[in-house]
Amino acid sequence: MSIAVKNIDKSFGTFKALDGVSLEFPTGKLVALLGPSGCGKTTLLRIIAGLEFADKGQVFLDSENASDRHVRERQVGFVFQHYALFRHMSVFENVAFGLRVRNRKERRPEADIRKRVDELLDLVQLAWLRDHVPAQLSGGQRQRIALARALAVDPRVLLLDEPFGALDAKVRKELRRWLRNLHEDLQITSIFVTHDQEEAMELADEIVVMNRGRVEQIGTPVDVYDRPATPFVYGFLGAANVFEGRVEGARLRVGDDWLPLRTSSAADGAAVTAFSRPHDIEIEPDKADALGVKARIHRILNVGGMARIELHGAHGGNGASPIHHYEVELPREHLRSLALAEGQIVRLHAPQLALFPAAPPVTPQ
Amino acid sequence: MAGALSSMAFGSTGSAFEARAATRDPAWVKWLILGLSLSFFAIFIFLPLVAVFVEALRKGWGVYLTALVEPDALAAVRLTLIAAAIAVPLNLVFGVAAAWAIAKYQFPGKNLLTTLIDLPFSVSPVIAGLIYVLVFGAQGWFGSWLSDNDIKIIFAVPGIVLATIFVTFPFVARELIPLMESQGSEEEEAAVVLGASGWQTFWRVTMPNIKWGLLYGIILCNARAMGEFGAVSVVSGHIRGQTNTLPLHVEILYNEYNFVAAFAVASLLALLALLTLVLKAVIDWRARRQQTKRTVS
Repeated sequence: MSIAVKNIDKSFGTFKALDGVSLEFPTGKLVALLGPSGCGKTTLLRIIAGLEFADKGQVFLDSENASDRHVRERQVGFVFQHYALFRHMSVFENVAFGLRVRNRKERRPEADIRKRVDELLDLVQLAWLRDHVPAQLSGGQRQRIALARALAVDPRVLLLDEPFGALDAKVRKELRRWLRNLHEDLQITSIFVTHDQEEAMELADEIVVMNRGRVEQIGTPVDVYDRPATPFVYGFLGAANVFEGRVEGARLRVGDDWLPLRTSSAADGAAVTAFSRPHDIEIEPDKADALGVKARIHRILNVGGMARIELHGAHGGNGASPIHHYEVELPREHLRSLALAEGQIVRLHAPQLALFPAAPPVTPQ
Repeated sequence: MAGALSSMAFGSTGSAFEARAATRDPAWVKWLILGLSLSFFAIFIFLPLVAVFVEALRKGWGVYLTALVEPDALAAVRLTLIAAAIAVPLNLVFGVAAAWAIAKYQFPGKNLLTTLIDLPFSVSPVIAGLIYVLVFGAQGWFGSWLSDNDIKIIFAVPGIVLATIFVTFPFVARELIPLMESQGSEEEEAAVVLGASGWQTFWRVTMPNIKWGLLYGIILCNARAMGEFGAVSVVSGHIRGQTNTLPLHVEILYNEYNFVAAFAVASLLALLALLTLVLKAVIDWRARRQQTKRTVS
């Protein structure tokens, strides 16, 4: 079952939630819609489900234009962020609901319904809770019942709105793994919305990064992490160090300092914003006339597998913020061999730099 | 933190308010407030209630029962039941529809509707009655048209029903609006995604969630419908055996110095009030029990 949306526009009053969004979701894959809150990801999910209608554009389910189909007829499974379980019904009746409300012609006999619900409760491993009501369940259990309920109607596509948003960290991790396995077993085309990049990376076959009602990038987790298409994607997918400067030959001039460039897609003299991940930055003690961006070590966090070093730019920041922050991650042994101390002046090197044209023109110095 | 500790320590012996040093009052303040509220209750609420039954039974059960089975009294009972039987279901339908509209839809004038629903509570019932006289009375807007077509509304049963509907209009809606607003519409959305029709969604999802609030509203609505005096008095015309409801009948008997009969009929209304309170308490208790059954496994 393939899903596609074409040129979707949606506004709420003067707020443009979606702006010309076109996407194709491959059959049988688990796709993440990732973005900050207000980026339009949930609206897009609700438009695909039919809970919301687009101002413009079409939704295709199995290459059939479903734009005008009522949500009831779209046969989608939807898992709500707060589960929306029917609070007055038992777990069993919650899961059976979609089977019981079918019209007489399509409704299966009671024995079949019971069998199907029991199968689903086994699938989500909660058969022992069948007679409980939702308020007696933990968050993770509610989540799984909501999923079983959505699966009961044999949906053509499964849509999940912030599926782990309301759970605590430990349960979240367990459920993620569980959902990933379930998806591998069922192979049902699934889309989930999240603002947590780690969750998207861990779960999804493909990630759609959204910002301000537009699609910024589509790709596998490795693609979007290693080859971000825009500064927004770079910044959203993980911690990033930003260097603003100008390309001069094979080097990037950052204030009074120089960063060597291995390869450069930008033209000589172009103003650029360069990004580098904390674990890609190399750090060395300051020497006169050395290359690298000068910075002062502000704090060393020596906890966990990797040590984290927070630094302040030695030349101050740009106009917007007086201090330019940098962050470096390196293995703890490496930190020990460097013998760094808080307050020390060092040079930062960034062998892996992603260059993007600077958004506002940098003022010439 | 300290508050949490002290409430753990003293929690079993009194309310949190009393258990906390910061809010604990001296004993004399406590007894003064208690005494004030209890004596107020005794003088203004309990005493009149007792007086109704004492006066009604002053000349014994025989006289009491005669006053109740007298034809005019029976006619008043019948009319009161008819008015309530029409007004309550209509306001039930209206109340659910209005609460649904306000809680689940966005539309222009929503705040105005929410405010106007309370109008019957804020306006004097006499004015409510007068409005109907002005609209449907002989000298009113539709008066000549109505008399041409031989339809009687004012000084007849339809007027009484209309006035009753007006004054009992907010009860169901008022009860349901906050309830439905707090429940949101996610469950309904979930039902529709699962293929339920609008009708199925209402009966299987919305209704079970609001049933206790609805019942509560109906009971209050009914109590007011049967007890309404002011608005009904204006439109009734006080025709004995024809357009007298129970409260109006009480007034007539009282004005005729027939105190025992007046109090006997009044005792019926008082009993209705007590029954309403009992039902209210039972509903409260059942709704709360269902809640705790759901939360405590």
